[in-house]
Amino acid sequence: MSKQDHAALADEFNKDEPRVDWHDQTLWFVREKRDKAAQKVPEWEWLRDTASKIKDNVLSNLSEYLTLFEEQAIRNGIVVHWAADAKAHNDIVYSLLKKHGIDRMVKSKSMLTEECHLNEYLKEQGIDVVDTDLGERVVQLAGEPPSHIVLPCIHKKKEEIGEIFHEHLGTPAGNADPQFLTHAARLHLREKFLTRRAALTGVNFAIAETGEFVVCTNEGNADMGAHLADIHIACMGIEKLIPQRKHLGIFLRLLTRSATGQPITTYSSHFKRPRPGQEMHIVIVDNGRSVQLGRKDFRNSLKCIRCAACFNTCPVYRRSGGHSYHTAVAGPIGSILSPNLDMKQYSDLPFASTLCGSCSNVCPVKIDIHEQLYKWRQVIVQEGYAPAGKKLAMKAMNWVLSNPSVYHTAGKAGRWFMLNAPFTVNNGLNPWWKGRDMPEVPRESFGQWYKKNRK
Amino acid sequence: MRVGLFIPCYVDQLYPQVAIATLHLLEKYGCDVDYPADQTCCGQPMANSGFEHLTQGCNDLFIKNFAAYDYIVCPSGSCTLHIKDHLHGDADIPKKIYELVEFLTDILKVENIEASFPHKVGLHQSCHGQRGLKLAQMTELMAPPFSKPEQLLKMVKGIQLIDLARKDECCGFGGTFCVAEAAVSVKMGKDRVADHLHHGAEYITGADMSCLMHLEGILRRQKSPVQVKHIAEILDSKE
Repeated sequence: MSKQDHAALADEFNKDEPRVDWHDQTLWFVREKRDKAAQKVPEWEWLRDTASKIKDNVLSNLSEYLTLFEEQAIRNGIVVHWAADAKAHNDIVYSLLKKHGIDRMVKSKSMLTEECHLNEYLKEQGIDVVDTDLGERVVQLAGEPPSHIVLPCIHKKKEEIGEIFHEHLGTPAGNADPQFLTHAARLHLREKFLTRRAALTGVNFAIAETGEFVVCTNEGNADMGAHLADIHIACMGIEKLIPQRKHLGIFLRLLTRSATGQPITTYSSHFKRPRPGQEMHIVIVDNGRSVQLGRKDFRNSLKCIRCAACFNTCPVYRRSGGHSYHTAVAGPIGSILSPNLDMKQYSDLPFASTLCGSCSNVCPVKIDIHEQLYKWRQVIVQEGYAPAGKKLAMKAMNWVLSNPSVYHTAGKAGRWFMLNAPFTVNNGLNPWWKGRDMPEVPRESFGQWYKKNRK
Repeated sequence: MRVGLFIPCYVDQLYPQVAIATLHLLEKYGCDVDYPADQTCCGQPMANSGFEHLTQGCNDLFIKNFAAYDYIVCPSGSCTLHIKDHLHGDADIPKKIYELVEFLTDILKVENIEASFPHKVGLHQSCHGQRGLKLAQMTELMAPPFSKPEQLLKMVKGIQLIDLARKDECCGFGGTFCVAEAAVSVKMGKDRVADHLHHGAEYITGADMSCLMHLEGILRRQKSPVQVKHIAEILDSKE
C-alpha cells in the first residue's frame, strides 16, 4: 500500500468540513443533472441494457474485433502500434516524437496516459507536454494529478484557480471570474495549438468495422490539437472497441448524459484517416487489461466508458475527494480497476465503500461495481494483503459468532461492561465513539426476554 | 405457517425492543412464530470485510437453526440480503427468507395496521433493503416509483411522513466501514441527520437498525431530541 491509505487521506480531507460540504454538493449537483437528463429519455433503461450487452459481445470477441480494427485502420492509412504495458506505450509515443525531432506536444484528455504516467516519463526525456483540456491544464499547472476523470479540477475553487493562473499565466492577482480566467486560458492555449507539431488525444470509441475512432470533448481541444499538428497520436486501451458504427449512437446517448447531464458532448469527432501530409498513429494498450479479462468476476469492469457517473453518485467519493484514492482513475470504478494493476498498493480501495450499490445502478453499461468491490475484498484477504490486526479481530469475532454459548456469554459480558464501566468504550481508542455516542445498553437481550415471556 | 424469527446479533444484544415489536407484529397477523435460541449472526461482518471464507460456522449454524421453517423473517434488510446472496449448502433458505417489511406487504399482504404514531417521521431507506431487496424504487433508475416501507407507514394513524432532499443516500454505516473509515462514515451520517432535521423530523425510522444505530449515535452526540425508531416499533405502536 502507498504511504497513506484511503482512510487516512479521507480523514485528512475531512478536517475542513465546509470544504467537504462544498465538494459533496458540487458533485451531487452533477448527479442530479444526470437524473434530469436521463428522465427525458423514455428508453433509458433499454439503452443501458443494450450498451451493456454490446460490451459483453465486445469482451467475448475482443481479439477478433481488435484484429478487424487494426486491418481497417491500416487500410485507412493509420499506423497501428501495440503496447503490452505502460512502459511500451510511453516508449512508442516518445520514439514517434524523437523520430520527427519534436520536443513539444499538446495533449487532450486521456486517462490512459494518466494511468501510464506518460507526462512524467516524457518530461524526463525533455519533452514539454501541455494538457489542453482546461481542467487538466489547471491541475497540470498546480502540479497535481486530476481528482476526477471527467472534471479533473473539480476539487479546486475558482479563487484557487485564479491564484494558479496569476502565478503561471500572469492574470491579475485576486481575479477569480470564471469567464475572464477561461479567456486567459484560451489565449494561452491558442499559442500552444498553433506552435505544436504533435498532438496526442485519447479515444472514447474505436469502431472495429470501419477502423475509425471517436473522441468526445466539450472544448474542441482534441480537434484543435489534431487538426493543426503534423502528427496525431491517439492512445486507447484494448477495451475501447465497439463492433459497428451503428452502435455508436447507443453509447453517445448514454455517455454525456451520465457524465454531466448534457445530451451529448459539444464535439464528438470522428477520425478515420490522416489528412494529406499528416501522420496518424494509434497506440493500442493492454497494460493489465487482458489479465482483468481473464478474471471471471472482474472482466465486466472493462465495459467502462469513463463517464464518472459512479464518482458523482458515490457518497464516499463526494466526501473523500479524488486524491484520497491515490490512483489515476479514482472513485468506485477505480477501486475495482486499480487492484488489478497492483493488488498490494491498492488493497485499501475496495474497502473505501459502504457497498450501498448506487454506483452499479447509475452505471450506463451496468457494471456490477459494488458486487465486484465485495469480491475484491475476498481476493485481497485471500492473497494475504489484509492488515494483521484485522485478521486477528476477524478471527476472534468469528469464533464468538460461530458458537452460540460463547456468543451469549460475550453478549452479557459486553453489555455488563458498557453499563457498569462505560469508560472502557467511551474513549478515543474506540473509533465509533470519536464521532458518535454508544447505544444505550438494555438490561437483557431479546434471547433472555424471549425465554421468560414465550414458551 | 411456521415462521422462524431471525434476529440480527446486534439487535438481540442492543435493541431487544425491535425484536419484541417484530414478534408482536408477526403474531398479530396470525403467524406461528418461533425464535431458535441458538442463533447468532448471518456472518456478514466478516464477509463484508473480506473474510467470507471464515464464515462456514455461521453458515452451518444458520442452516441448523432455520432449515425447518416455512418462512424465515428478519427485521433487517442487510442481514436478509446477506443470507440470500451468500448462504451456501441449502438452496431453499435464500428463497424463504424475508425482510419484515416485504413479508408484511408481499406474503401476509397486510392492508390494515392498527397503530397510531402522531409524529413527524423521516424514513431512511437503507441501501441493502432498497437496492438489494428492492423494498423501494431507487433514484438511480428511470422506473416507476414504489416504496413498501412507505406503503405500511401510511397505514399508521396520525403519522406525518416528511420529504427529504436526498431520499436514498447512504447513511455511511457500512458495517466495519463505520470504524475503518470513521471520518467519512461520520460525515455521511451527519449529512443524513441534517437532511431529516432540516425537514422537521421528530423521529427517523427505517428497516435496518444498524443504520439507525449509527444515526442515533450522531443525534445523541449532537444532543438532539430527535430519536430513531425501527419501523417495526412504529407499526406496533399505540400512542
